[in-house]
Amino acid sequence: MQGNPIGEKGGFFLLFLRKLKRMKVLVCISVVPDTTTKIGFIENNTQFNTAGVQYILNPYDELAVTRGLELAEANGGSVTIVHVGKADSEAVIRKALSMGANEAIRIDAEPTDAQFVAAEIAKIAGGYDLILTGRESIDYNSGAVGGLLGALLGIPSVNVVTRIDYANGTFTFDRDIDGGRETVSCAAPVVASAQKDLCEPRIPNMRGIMAARTKPLQLLQPQTVADFSASKSYELPTAKTGVKMIDPENASQLIDILRNEAKVI
Amino acid sequence: MKNILVFAESADNTFKKSTQEAISYAREIAETVGGTVTALVIGATDGSNLGNYGAHQVVSVDYAGSFTSDAYSTIIAEVAKSMQSDLLVVSNTYSGKSVAPRVAASLDASLATNVISLPVTSDGFVVKRGVFSGKAFAWVNLSKSCKVLSITPNSFEIKTWSGDANKSTQSISATSGIAVEQVNKVTGKIALTEAEVVISGGRGLKGPENWGMIEELADALGAATACSKPVSDMGWRPHSEHVGQTGITIKPNLYIAVGISGAIQHLAGVSSSKVIVAINKDPEAPFFKAADYGIVGDAFDVLPKIIAAAKN
Repeated sequence: MQGNPIGEKGGFFLLFLRKLKRMKVLVCISVVPDTTTKIGFIENNTQFNTAGVQYILNPYDELAVTRGLELAEANGGSVTIVHVGKADSEAVIRKALSMGANEAIRIDAEPTDAQFVAAEIAKIAGGYDLILTGRESIDYNSGAVGGLLGALLGIPSVNVVTRIDYANGTFTFDRDIDGGRETVSCAAPVVASAQKDLCEPRIPNMRGIMAARTKPLQLLQPQTVADFSASKSYELPTAKTGVKMIDPENASQLIDILRNEAKVI
Repeated sequence: MKNILVFAESADNTFKKSTQEAISYAREIAETVGGTVTALVIGATDGSNLGNYGAHQVVSVDYAGSFTSDAYSTIIAEVAKSMQSDLLVVSNTYSGKSVAPRVAASLDASLATNVISLPVTSDGFVVKRGVFSGKAFAWVNLSKSCKVLSITPNSFEIKTWSGDANKSTQSISATSGIAVEQVNKVTGKIALTEAEVVISGGRGLKGPENWGMIEELADALGAATACSKPVSDMGWRPHSEHVGQTGITIKPNLYIAVGISGAIQHLAGVSSSKVIVAINKDPEAPFFKAADYGIVGDAFDVLPKIIAAAKN
């Protein structure tokens, strides 16, 4: 601080202020089957067949983690990862830590539905400036945790965001809307759900992977009861009965078939 | 059910097709298990014609602000409480999906999104919803006495009903923490999630400069345009047009895939389409196994013929 015109005391005071303003980001992550997974069910179609399934960090959550880190790094803040799930998801949590997140919390319960997950996360989500989720998980596709968290915490929620910027306590978002895109702004704290285009997912480097091994991963017990909904059974889409081939020389015939046989145009 | 409330979403002062579907869906429930259907209109759109789709009554709330998830959710939850609604139906659009969870949380209701069936009420309240991004469906029982359903567009037929709906207004003040600064709507284009016909292009089109053919066929058929993941990844088309597991899941009546091989992730997003046409020069393309009609041929030879016939 030598040569600092505001002096040593002032310098400490500025440092103190900056500490006060440190941006705190919470990113909620899901662990999902890899996108190439062939989906099947067992136990009379009541349970997802996990045999041979590779699990990954939900692709939209990967964007949320990345943008959360970029914002925290630019504003001198920190990123906490939260996940509701059993111990087998810890490898994926470590991946989020290896991307650069500071710490993680795992709430030790089966993530039965979005409402239970949101109720659990709401218990620990106070005090963050920005709470991020993916637009939806690619397994149960509820797309609801962000909105639920916003309502439970009494703060705004902005869905499907393709841009997040921050200045002077206010976040600016671009978000997809029906038939277009809009720009909205919102003072912290706010919940947002990440959509593709938000950023390029960050690939962990070797240093990050090594550092992630010793980063704090706190284990918490659930505090609420999952009593909103229950999946009774599953089914697969009915397979197509067979394709009817049309001669490419007579491709124009397709329009006639669609008009008069399939009756869809 | 006693009181079913439907969020009657509107755009440019008209009710969307998905709103008409949601009201018809609610009326169908009322006809089978009893109850009245109330359509909730937020803003200045005239709800006089909503009786035609099955609403028994229409409640209008004159809120002048832009759509924001917090203000709209406050209004919907307030109306639901005042009407003692035990079921709220919204469309699974971007707007519908941003209000459904917030309202469910305020009403302590059970929530289901991506719903594609009427509820089965013989043992509980069970609905079918899309899971694994189109690769499967789940039958889910909703246990709370109050329920919120977000229903997938193009899943239910619009039925017409006679009789005028009772109209009333409610005055509710709502504030939003979100300021809408700019809205960019693509005008004259059909929204992909609600389109009945979708023309989609893949790598087989060779480059963005060839998209004119896709757009020409889409215009001739009144269709929306879409693309595969590689196409949006390479920046040929915006991500908002990417259909598939990590893009949008759609359910049109007709999906025409041009130059798309049919990877499992892509099929997940479109397999609920009623009729699928695959056009690909590779006869081994997996899409042919998932299609109703197929043409083995180069897009550049085949498409002009189809466009000419479509314009006829």
